[in-house]
Amino acid sequence: MAEPVLEARGLRKVYGDHVAVDGVDLALAPGGSLGIVGESGSGKTTVARMIVGLTRPTAGTIAVCGRDRSQPARGTAERRRRAREVQIVFQNPYASLDPRRSPADALDEVLRLHTDAGADERRARIAELGELVGLDERMLRARPRALSGGQRQRVAIARALAAQPRVIVLDEAVAALDVSIQAQILNLLADVRARIGVAYVFISHDLAVVRQIADETLVMQRGRVVERGPTEQVLDDPRDPYTRLLRASVPGPGWRPVRRGAPTTGGAT
Amino acid sequence: MSADAVVRTARSRRARLAAGDVVAWICGGIIALAVLVAILGPLLAPHDPNAADLNDQFVGPVAGHPLGFDAQGRDLLSRLLAGARTSMLGPTAVVVLAMAAGVLAAVTAAWRGGWVDAALGTVMDVLFSFPGILLAILASAVFGPSLWAAVIALSIAYTPYVARVLRSAAVRERAQEYIAAAEVQGASAVAICARHLVPNVAPLIVAQATLLFGYAMVDLAAISFLGLGVQPPQADWGVMVSTGKAGVLQGYPAESLAAGLCIVVVVVAVNLLGERLGERRR
Ligand SMILES: Nc1ncnc2c1ncn2[C@@H]1O[C@H](COP(=O)(O)OP(=O)(O)OP(=O)(O)O)[C@@H](O)[C@H]1O
Ligand SMILES: [Mg+2]
Repeated sequence: MAEPVLEARGLRKVYGDHVAVDGVDLALAPGGSLGIVGESGSGKTTVARMIVGLTRPTAGTIAVCGRDRSQPARGTAERRRRAREVQIVFQNPYASLDPRRSPADALDEVLRLHTDAGADERRARIAELGELVGLDERMLRARPRALSGGQRQRVAIARALAAQPRVIVLDEAVAALDVSIQAQILNLLADVRARIGVAYVFISHDLAVVRQIADETLVMQRGRVVERGPTEQVLDDPRDPYTRLLRASVPGPGWRPVRRGAPTTGGAT
Repeated sequence: MSADAVVRTARSRRARLAAGDVVAWICGGIIALAVLVAILGPLLAPHDPNAADLNDQFVGPVAGHPLGFDAQGRDLLSRLLAGARTSMLGPTAVVVLAMAAGVLAAVTAAWRGGWVDAALGTVMDVLFSFPGILLAILASAVFGPSLWAAVIALSIAYTPYVARVLRSAAVRERAQEYIAAAEVQGASAVAICARHLVPNVAPLIVAQATLLFGYAMVDLAAISFLGLGVQPPQADWGVMVSTGKAGVLQGYPAESLAAGLCIVVVVVAVNLLGERLGERRR
């Protein structure tokens, strides 16, 4: 792998006496896409929050673009520089936008933080970002309340892109969306990556989604990485029994819903 | 429900909304008038509010003196108009001070969480256990009785109410992902609170402020009534309710009634308007 744009070693997070993340190593190539899968509570969000600096690791190191960020940022300049390295898109499109601010306002705020661009230049850049994620002028001026979940998630992606980061962490970024909207957003993400070369950490519990977007995947169970490798290999030929279990619990082609309590042939469901 | 009933419900709902707006407009008008009088009061007063003439003691309405005179023969209307200033300024100052302190405490507690939150909570609990009137008595003992001593005492007494109500709203807002997104964008805590957190709890702040204004006006009047706030002979509605006591006993209740009515009308107007503002945002 080329010099990784994001590298974490021995990441660990303990809440009280509960170990949420336990010795996670990961590396992401520039422009790469790393999937993280695992059941609920396996520590995926905690890893994401530690990478972007919202949660402080109990132990371990995180470096982005070769610069350490295991400790909280000192000073404004450092904080903003880190913001230009890694951004995040959250799961809930309804909570991730300030209800009082239009998408254009939200983007403008980011541009003001990170550039010296004048009003006209910022306006042009906002239109450009809107175009990149498929938001027209009307949607950019609307209140978040007037936008659909998919449109809001496009705004969140545009906002993450506005600071031109090297890495975007997407924590269950399509989980709250309808399947058809999911596909649109996934296409958008693939498109954006191809166009501007940003790298993704893509967190999901949906293996089908990870298969579409991630080059490499790591599987987490109870805070630990139990398997890692190229996505195809991890998902098609899992070594670890847990990964096999995870895969077996995903409805594939030919899968039929079984009503709970209905007589089944194969024992418990 | 029949189509007819549906139409009727829709119509009555529209009527209710319109009525709500009428009430809001009336309340707004009353408050605007009170503010205007508070600013211009002494200029509007037809007579010197402190000019006493014992020959006019308890004289009823006569030409040029539409409300008559008080126990010292001072023109009542002039005293009401001049008294609006301290009567409005006092509660306004309490609202501004208590809201500023309460919002600051609530936002700081919500933002920092952990021990900061716990420590602020303890301070607020301690303040909470002092009744406002008791603080006012203490303040007047320390600073001497005056409007400002009473204002400071009440501001301190109200701060924990404000902080407590706003803290839970601020904590809820703090946990929203758009706040975390702004943190990841590298914005400073102060900027995030000023631009996102506080504006999103603003409806609650407005509702609290209007409620507080009503309480403060009544409490300040009570404190002045006890002789611990505005000092006679200065005209003030609370003072007038108090000095009017003598007249009430002698069968001349005009002073107490007029001043009391001014307080009640303003308080009710502010509370109704605050309620309406709170509802509309929801
Ligand atoms: N702030 C916190 N305080 C205490 N425990 C926490 C905190 N955040 C997470 N945890 C615990 O850490 C563990 C990992 O949580 P995390 O949110 O990282 O899981 P996840 O893999 O993202 O799950 P999901 O798929 O449900 O989002 C869980 O057991 C959770 O209860
Ligand atoms: Mg999660």
